[in-house]
Amino acid sequence: MSFRAAVITFPGSNCDRDMADALEKVSGSAPLRVWHGDAQLPDNLDFIALPGGFSYGDYLRSGAMAARSPIMQAVVAAAGRGVPVLGVCNGFQVLTESGLLPGALLRNAGMNFVCRDVKLTVENSQSLFTSGYAAGQEIVIPVAHHDGNYFADADTLDRLEGEGRVAFRYGETVNGSARQIAGVLNAAGNVLGMMPHPERMIEAAHGGTDGRALFESALKSLIAA
Amino acid sequence: MKVRVFVSLKNGVLDPQGRAIHHAIEGLGIHGVQDVRAGKMIELEVDASVTDAQLDEMATKLLANMVIENYRIEKVAA
Repeated sequence: MSFRAAVITFPGSNCDRDMADALEKVSGSAPLRVWHGDAQLPDNLDFIALPGGFSYGDYLRSGAMAARSPIMQAVVAAAGRGVPVLGVCNGFQVLTESGLLPGALLRNAGMNFVCRDVKLTVENSQSLFTSGYAAGQEIVIPVAHHDGNYFADADTLDRLEGEGRVAFRYGETVNGSARQIAGVLNAAGNVLGMMPHPERMIEAAHGGTDGRALFESALKSLIAA
Repeated sequence: MKVRVFVSLKNGVLDPQGRAIHHAIEGLGIHGVQDVRAGKMIELEVDASVTDAQLDEMATKLLANMVIENYRIEKVAA
């Protein structure tokens, strides 16, 4: 069975190849590559990934321009139909800017670009992206971002926590994120945005394989469906 | 017609950039600055046919992120 994934590339994306490589290594199928200016997604997708990078040079706000690009209308529609959508780093910023996820990613509280391995705690191990982890499991995944400081109003944060929509939390101080939130799910559970880069922890040569289970979870949920 | 859209962070939203600017001002040896908030100004040259509703639409859908920012529209006399 082939896993039909698509990786969207915006001008300034720079983790699209890493994402495609991770998806191929885990699933055995090379993902389709989709350009931001395309008006339509390929048919019958099993998975859509929005990669990290600096789409449109972070003009206006990180992810703001990409969120209004033609392909994002198709991604929003696909997400509404239940297609799994993963946004990593700049992809997370695009998801909040496009309204698929609540909140916003502000400049890191310490003003610095943070680029290192960080500890994460898996908060929700029931989602289609995280079923391969144990609840409370501590994993190590790298971050590399300037605007990763997750912000939402207190009511939204309470709702996210109450509904189990916090997928990952930082196990250490990283960027000033509200309640140490590193990754959030949409209400339906088929959209995940996260600042850390699971695609950079896939094989031993990366220094660890803690990111693998995320892609394996998605693959497994497809087979189960 | 020239229109300026001022975008600023909402109260309560941490502004690390403003804080860094504040530190730098203190570094100039100038005291008495209580707080600094940084924002942005976007200047548009628009036809008379562009309505106020369209300006608001531009601001709320693109120029400002209403989760974290406020905006103010100022029309500049020609």
